[in-house]
Amino acid sequence: MINAIGRDIPEFVEGFGPVKKYLGAFNSLPEGNCYGPPIKRAAVGQSKLYHSLEDLFKSLKIESGMTFSFHHHLRNGDELVNQVLYTASRLGLKNITVSLTAAFATHAPMIEYIKNGLVTSLRTSGVYGGLALALSRGILPTPVLLHSHGGRPRSLRSGELKVDVAFIAAPSADDRGNITGVIGKSACGSLGYAFPDADYATHVVAVTDNLVPYPLIPASIGQNKVDHVVLIDSLGDPQGIVSGTTRITKDPVGLHIADTAAKVIEASGLLKNGFSFQTGAGGASLAAAHFVGQMMRAQNIKGGFALGGITGYMVDLLEEGLFGNLFDVQSFDLESVKSIARNPNHLEVSSDLYANPFNSGCLVNDLDVVILGATEIDVDFNVNVITGSDGVLMGAAGGHPDTAAGAKMTVIVTTLLRSRLPIVVDKVITATTPGETVDVLVTEYGLAVNPARADLRDRFVAAGLPVKDIQELKNLAHKMAGVPQTIAFDGPIIGLVEYRDGTIIDVVRAPNL
Amino acid sequence: MKSVVKPAQAGTLESNDIMIIVEPGANGIVLELESIVKKQYGQAISQTIIETVKSYGLTDLNVKAIDKGALDYAIRARLVTALSRAGLGPGSEG
Amino acid sequence: MIVRRSALFVPGNNPGMLQTAGLFGADVVILDLEDAVAPNEKDAARELVARALLNIDYGQAQKCVRLNSLDTFCDDDLKEIVPSQPDLLMLPKVHRASDIKELAGQLDKLERPSQKRIEILAIIESPQGLAEVYDIARSHDRLMGLLMGAEDYTAMVGSLRTKGGEEIAVARALLVNAAAAAGIESFDAVFTDVNDEEGLIKDTLLAKNLGFTGKGAINPRQVKPINETFNPSPLEIDYARRILKALRQAEKEGSGVASVGGKMVDAPVAKRAVNVMNLARKLRLLGQEDE
Repeated sequence: MINAIGRDIPEFVEGFGPVKKYLGAFNSLPEGNCYGPPIKRAAVGQSKLYHSLEDLFKSLKIESGMTFSFHHHLRNGDELVNQVLYTASRLGLKNITVSLTAAFATHAPMIEYIKNGLVTSLRTSGVYGGLALALSRGILPTPVLLHSHGGRPRSLRSGELKVDVAFIAAPSADDRGNITGVIGKSACGSLGYAFPDADYATHVVAVTDNLVPYPLIPASIGQNKVDHVVLIDSLGDPQGIVSGTTRITKDPVGLHIADTAAKVIEASGLLKNGFSFQTGAGGASLAAAHFVGQMMRAQNIKGGFALGGITGYMVDLLEEGLFGNLFDVQSFDLESVKSIARNPNHLEVSSDLYANPFNSGCLVNDLDVVILGATEIDVDFNVNVITGSDGVLMGAAGGHPDTAAGAKMTVIVTTLLRSRLPIVVDKVITATTPGETVDVLVTEYGLAVNPARADLRDRFVAAGLPVKDIQELKNLAHKMAGVPQTIAFDGPIIGLVEYRDGTIIDVVRAPNL
Repeated sequence: MKSVVKPAQAGTLESNDIMIIVEPGANGIVLELESIVKKQYGQAISQTIIETVKSYGLTDLNVKAIDKGALDYAIRARLVTALSRAGLGPGSEG
Repeated sequence: MIVRRSALFVPGNNPGMLQTAGLFGADVVILDLEDAVAPNEKDAARELVARALLNIDYGQAQKCVRLNSLDTFCDDDLKEIVPSQPDLLMLPKVHRASDIKELAGQLDKLERPSQKRIEILAIIESPQGLAEVYDIARSHDRLMGLLMGAEDYTAMVGSLRTKGGEEIAVARALLVNAAAAAGIESFDAVFTDVNDEEGLIKDTLLAKNLGFTGKGAINPRQVKPINETFNPSPLEIDYARRILKALRQAEKEGSGVASVGGKMVDAPVAKRAVNVMNLARKLRLLGQEDE
């Protein structure tokens, strides 16, 4: 069947079930009631503490066919997923569904657990590294479900994703189950992606390598939601968890794009007191924040809130008073971890509050501007951030579709060519974010405005910005690089791209490797 | 008939560049191409290299090219330099 | 009118940088065959630059190639580069007027009749070059400007190169004066600390106040600060506006003398005011009321 952006998707997928067709960014409405986990009880004097994962598995009677969930706040330093799967494998379990909010190179051991039948289904916002390549080759018996950061809490709330055991990596915990991410050797700052799991999982398990005396105050997730605490030697490699200082790019092309993006924001009329803003941690995105900060300073504008994955750069803007609050679903670097620990205006928020389209109001709905990247963007402004130009899984949807849908203006920043490859194409290989939610494309060769936003186009032209038609940008790329050969993608379906509302916006087919 | 008498190379492995190595051959024009954009531009790169080699009147040559996303003008420039270093003057391509 | 505030150097053997050089708003892009290219790569860089000139769209920027000096690889450079029709050629290590005449003579031979006449930009970077700078400045009508080469110059004089630039104060003044006397442009030395934007702006403002018409840039990030510093400031535009108004008023009243703020407006001041307004107009810095 053909969905609202013209993608051909199957009506039924083996191992997944019937497919809900994407109808447009705002056309599918929620139905029914929230899913509820079992009512729980902790008896007086009952210990929650375990000293090994194996003890926990045996005590909880964790068995084949269950669904495990994990967050990705430890990023490429995470070892918990591997340790849990190792334990499950040793105990002979099979047919496990893994819900991991994003998968990194460190999770490559999962390849073996897929091959031996332990892991048979995977839900994630995106996959990097060796696991991505293996999944692209089709090693998983069912297609990987690729969701957005807002789509996942929606699926927990609706019960489409039922988690039997949530393994929450907790950089610090006490023995009653109060946990936080801001201290400990594996400190990662915000635990925002884990919050919904604590609300909806049948068994909520905090796994820590830093047990602190009761009570741990302040706790991110409290003892009233955590059923069990497991103390292990190490959650992972701190080097891979947070990066050092995130610095603004020195790449002149990236800076040039960022400078134009900042001028676009100024010309949009949205840059005024109370301005709310989100930007990625990528080179050009962060540099755009730098230029926007300069403008706010020069024009004495005091922003409202900045949102999303937080970097030290945004912390500087907060501390300077250019923004009133940071809403932090994920702390990218050491500076943001330190800030969230000490600054009451730097707030930890759950992925549900951040971006769930089907709750009583998420933060992305109040964004004025979001700046996002793209691996490809097509002439209908549909954006791909999940697969590379060769069709191989290589990135994450993250909050891309959510923020694009919520923000008053969504700006995509990218070079027009990446090495020789044109980034503006006729049709993206994989649609992640629909064009109707994307307003402006900024490249080093000029910018293009979604025809639906003639109001913005007029403002940019009046401001003397280099506005072009998106076809014109595509043609320019072809003039420089030549027209690329088209690659046929007719392999089996290895991935389903779920839009934030639970419908399927696209499928990922196995590339010819 | 012209021929290449010694091996030579030009270009680098940096982004947007191409390294081209030419050496005497005996089995026609044999091209070994590695490229980060082979799926999208493999044919175009091969065509550029083979046309340029032919414009020198060469019939036997081994060419190895490691491409990091070079545009057409850079591919031609590196190939011409490699051929010149191998002892050939300019072809009709120049 | 041609505006040449910023002249951006780009390494001649780097395809990626050659491809993007036109994006940063530089008034002149200088594809460099000299210092940025190792001696054993000169052939490769020439081939690349010659094709870049023909294939890459540098937009509004004027295309310049920095040649190797006359006593090294200049002849080979010219044979390859002239057919690719650069707007300018930059000759380094110019010590005397005859250097320019020699290059001009070669261009006379190599240029095709249909080709736009190539202009020359000379780098003055030796004590001898500065001693003879006025002779050099008026040596040939192909010469459009002089660029101060401070690194070589200070090394040869034996002075310490500093950010403040006291050691090149005389050299700058000599070069600016020679260029002004010959009616050609003058470009200040590059500012080498690419991470010090504040220092760059200070250095550029000094150059502008000394009378330089433009400045070299060694990193694309330096282009915007240089351009913005050389743009007429609101104060300069306002002053020029008042001078032109006073002149019109004097003309209307049949008086031969105009004055602004009690000072008489003489011809050079009037000409400068016209230049400032023309530059501001070209750079779209004026409002409706000036049109």
